[in-house]
Amino acid sequence: MSVTAGAPERVDGHPPTGPDPRRRGLAERLLAVRELSLLLALAALVLVTTLRNERFLSGQSVKDLLLGCAILVILAVGQTLVIVTRNVDLSVGSILGLVAFATGSLFLAAPGTPWPVALLLGVALGALCGVVNGGLIAVAKVPALVITLGTLYAFRGVDYYWASGRQINAADMPRSFLRLGNQTVLGVPVLFLVALVVVAVVGYYLRAYRSGRELYAIGSEPAAARLSGIPVGRRVFAVFVANGALAGLAGVLYAARFGTLDAAAGTGLELQVVAAAVVGGVAIFGGSGSAYGAALGAVLLTTIGSSLAVLRIDPFWQQAVVGALILAAIGLDRLLAVRMAARLRGRSAHGA
Amino acid sequence: MSAYRRRLRVGATGLTVAALLLTATACGGTTRENSGNESGGGSQASGAANPDAPIKEGLKIAFLPKQVNNPYFTVSDNGGKTAVTEIKGEFKEVGPSEASASSQVSYINTLSQQGMDVIVTSANDPNAICGALNQAKAAGAKIVTFDSDTKPECRQIFVNQVTAEGIAENQVKLISEQIGGEGEIAILSATANATNQNAWIALMKEELKKPEYSKLKLVTVAYGNDDDQKSFQETQGLLQSYPNLKGIISPTTVGVAAAARYLSGSQYKGKVKLTGLGTPNQMREYVKDGTVDAFALWNPADLGYLAAYAGAALASGQITGAEGDKFKAGKLGEFTVGKDGGVVLGPPTVFDKNNIDQFQF
Amino acid sequence: MAHDSLYAAPPVGAEAEPPGAGGERGAGRLAGLRGALGSWDAAVVAALVVATLLASATVQNFATGRNVQFLLLDLVPLALLALPMTLIVITGEIDLSVASTVGLCSTLMGQMWLSSGLSLELICVLVVLLGAVLGAVNGVFVTGFGLPSLAVTIGTLALYRGLSFVVLGDQAVADFPGDWTAAAVRSIPGTSIPVAVVPVLLLALVFGVVLHATPAGRALYAMGNNDQAATFAGVSVARTKFWLFVASGAVCGLVGVFWTLRYASARGDNATGLELTVVTAVLLGGVSIFGGRGGLIGVVAGVLLLGVLRNALQLADVDANALTIVTGALLIASVVLPNAVADVRGRLHRRRQRATPVAR
Repeated sequence: MSVTAGAPERVDGHPPTGPDPRRRGLAERLLAVRELSLLLALAALVLVTTLRNERFLSGQSVKDLLLGCAILVILAVGQTLVIVTRNVDLSVGSILGLVAFATGSLFLAAPGTPWPVALLLGVALGALCGVVNGGLIAVAKVPALVITLGTLYAFRGVDYYWASGRQINAADMPRSFLRLGNQTVLGVPVLFLVALVVVAVVGYYLRAYRSGRELYAIGSEPAAARLSGIPVGRRVFAVFVANGALAGLAGVLYAARFGTLDAAAGTGLELQVVAAAVVGGVAIFGGSGSAYGAALGAVLLTTIGSSLAVLRIDPFWQQAVVGALILAAIGLDRLLAVRMAARLRGRSAHGA
Repeated sequence: MSAYRRRLRVGATGLTVAALLLTATACGGTTRENSGNESGGGSQASGAANPDAPIKEGLKIAFLPKQVNNPYFTVSDNGGKTAVTEIKGEFKEVGPSEASASSQVSYINTLSQQGMDVIVTSANDPNAICGALNQAKAAGAKIVTFDSDTKPECRQIFVNQVTAEGIAENQVKLISEQIGGEGEIAILSATANATNQNAWIALMKEELKKPEYSKLKLVTVAYGNDDDQKSFQETQGLLQSYPNLKGIISPTTVGVAAAARYLSGSQYKGKVKLTGLGTPNQMREYVKDGTVDAFALWNPADLGYLAAYAGAALASGQITGAEGDKFKAGKLGEFTVGKDGGVVLGPPTVFDKNNIDQFQF
Repeated sequence: MAHDSLYAAPPVGAEAEPPGAGGERGAGRLAGLRGALGSWDAAVVAALVVATLLASATVQNFATGRNVQFLLLDLVPLALLALPMTLIVITGEIDLSVASTVGLCSTLMGQMWLSSGLSLELICVLVVLLGAVLGAVNGVFVTGFGLPSLAVTIGTLALYRGLSFVVLGDQAVADFPGDWTAAAVRSIPGTSIPVAVVPVLLLALVFGVVLHATPAGRALYAMGNNDQAATFAGVSVARTKFWLFVASGAVCGLVGVFWTLRYASARGDNATGLELTVVTAVLLGGVSIFGGRGGLIGVVAGVLLLGVLRNALQLADVDANALTIVTGALLIASVVLPNAVADVRGRLHRRRQRATPVAR
């Protein structure tokens, strides 16, 4: 299982001097293909469903779809940051639940709180959870899978303990906050706009900023990254904090959307998030993938859920479909990686 | 490895598998038809009842609801706590965080380990906890079910909030009135295995066959698993899949609250009618804003209160669970045990905007 | 997941080594780790003994026959699943789909019982075989297509759980014959030990012997340390891993049968979430997530320790949520501690080295 995806091959002992323009073109082309194919799949799905039931493209239905996918999109984008560095964060569901309940409790205790304050506090709480994760992983040098598995348990336990069986009702939350969950601007739900902004920011960061590119290097070949001077520990720590903050944001939005909160909010979301990222082209072994792809993956998964209901297919198939999609996506990724590696080898062998 | 050895290995594996299969088939075989399904539980109503026996002091009574973070059960268990305090017993509440069948089993085992006198439970699945309950009974505990029953052999008394027929009649009548007597309706239920839900749904289907409801059509039953988000999304799905849907019945407090929340924020508010079994606190806002005209419930606190008294009566020897036994349940008065160990609390209350402010639970 | 992980650098005496010194690094690590292995096993067993004694002394009703019976009965699925999982993690892979495989096998058992008219004995055997097939699917994806086992088993986790709902929907099949369900929970006459513990012990013995006393077992350690070196040493890495996944699947089938009979119901949501507990138990038992180290004794002790803790806390009426926090904390501690200990040891070692003058 020692596959390094997307790493430049060393040829004749010469270190790769810079991004080979042809290779970058090829890589970017492959990337674009993935996102394009996701868009096509999405379009095909919507078409088929609408043919079956034209209500699927009605205003209410589209609004529901956009609202439904907003939270998953934010989580998937955050998870991309983590997966690209060859880690994984399984505790996002628990962080979301914790922050959602915290937000509700805040409003219960101080009903006059303006919602931007609640938003900031929620993000801060999420970032704090991210600090715990990142600290344990980067400082104690322990694999992310295990640590985040442990924090999944731990944060969820704290959440349940805090809630002690209570439930916060939508009736107890301020109207202005709940309206956020449903409001639209020019017909587009506010929640979805927030998600779009997150995708744009993270996508741009990963592409255009040096520290963003360094994340890919860390995921491709950690030893080489370390040797070339990238502060691996610091970057990984920052990535987990960012992911935690995004999960916190998603938690606040969850509270606004659903209103009724109990300690079980967000249970099991981590699987969907990883699925969305993987389907969206983020390679699980790190080093490649984009925020846009992950966002598209999240939208696709949410749409599948709705489509199944509208197509009157047994909703029980949904989870099986998600599983099959994950397997297909990682298979496809591996195929692409192998072919790209072969092509690179072929090229360099011919002295190109 | 050489080809010969590989063939040998494959052959050996194949032979083993075949041998296993053959033995299993040959070994007689308990098939479904000839297994004569008994449950292996003991009889419950044994011994004579002594209605004048005083309620013992210091009885250990434990409540094990379907799930602990459900406000309906919080209220009912608090009602039980009031009762237990009145009879000077020891109250305990435990339960799983999700409504799953197998998780209740380990709690039952723990409770019987701790020497509880009475276990009061609402079952997630009518069969899954029977084994554990029977073992607890063998260790001396009395078993009372409330809200959602198990198989009758596994418990002594079942405290039912309303008769199942009463609920079915009430719910169908409410929705029919609200949608003007004709149209498509759907049911949003809890978990697909919940005994009470399935009993009510079956009776609702029977009720719908009556001539006065001939213009009502039940198109589907959706399951929200007593999970808020899932119920929310199921409501969404129902409205998308059935464009002519006029009404939804949701006989579960989590389901009806989630459905109301969805409807009140959507274009269907007021156009698609919703009724069900909900708590006044959760539904108040939606009754006031016109999403819901009327819904029903009983007082869950009374339910828990009655269940606790029933358990205490059992443990003190006042009743044995046989039909015709009578016992007194504190401020609620006297109750008689009916068929199969069932005790009914009373008729449901209908809440609408005229009376909803009088209730706080 | 094996050694290409981000933090493959061993904390013991880690000076910057040129890449390619993998072989030496591996051997040094192996020797150092084998020392660590012994002490971790001992630590877990000691913790188990301490926990049991404490619980018996302070928690009422803990040290009774009936409680031991419940404790052991609850532990049977966990113990069974932890055995092949140990071997898989030692080779540097992971199998997160075990709980979903159990669920799917359980529902298949229910469906076959309901509608196929086959005898229950035959159904049980078929379910175990089906479990093996499900494990083989994992094996093919991991070894045949070369995909990372983490991702594959997350995919099959979702796929199998989804399929188990497709098979039975939300219904449950619960009319299994009473004497079978009673047999699943019966104890050995005269003792409080459930009969179900016997197959667990047998399997543990088999796995233990294979792991610790056969060349095949040593090959597993070799694979966990360095895939390529193991291949050069003549180990057939792909085939071994494939059969490990098959074995895991077969054991899942067995657990599915037991679970269904024990709770007398086949449902789509049986055993949900169990995989996390299994991984926790395995890691607690000293098996390194990187692969290449750990032993069965530690894992068995880890399983028992987890069981004792949960049982004792539940009896003492500690909130179920506190249990969740404790499990999470244990998991984190079980991975942070070895690194911390080795780090400290390494630092002491270096200090000692600097202190003693070296003749030049």
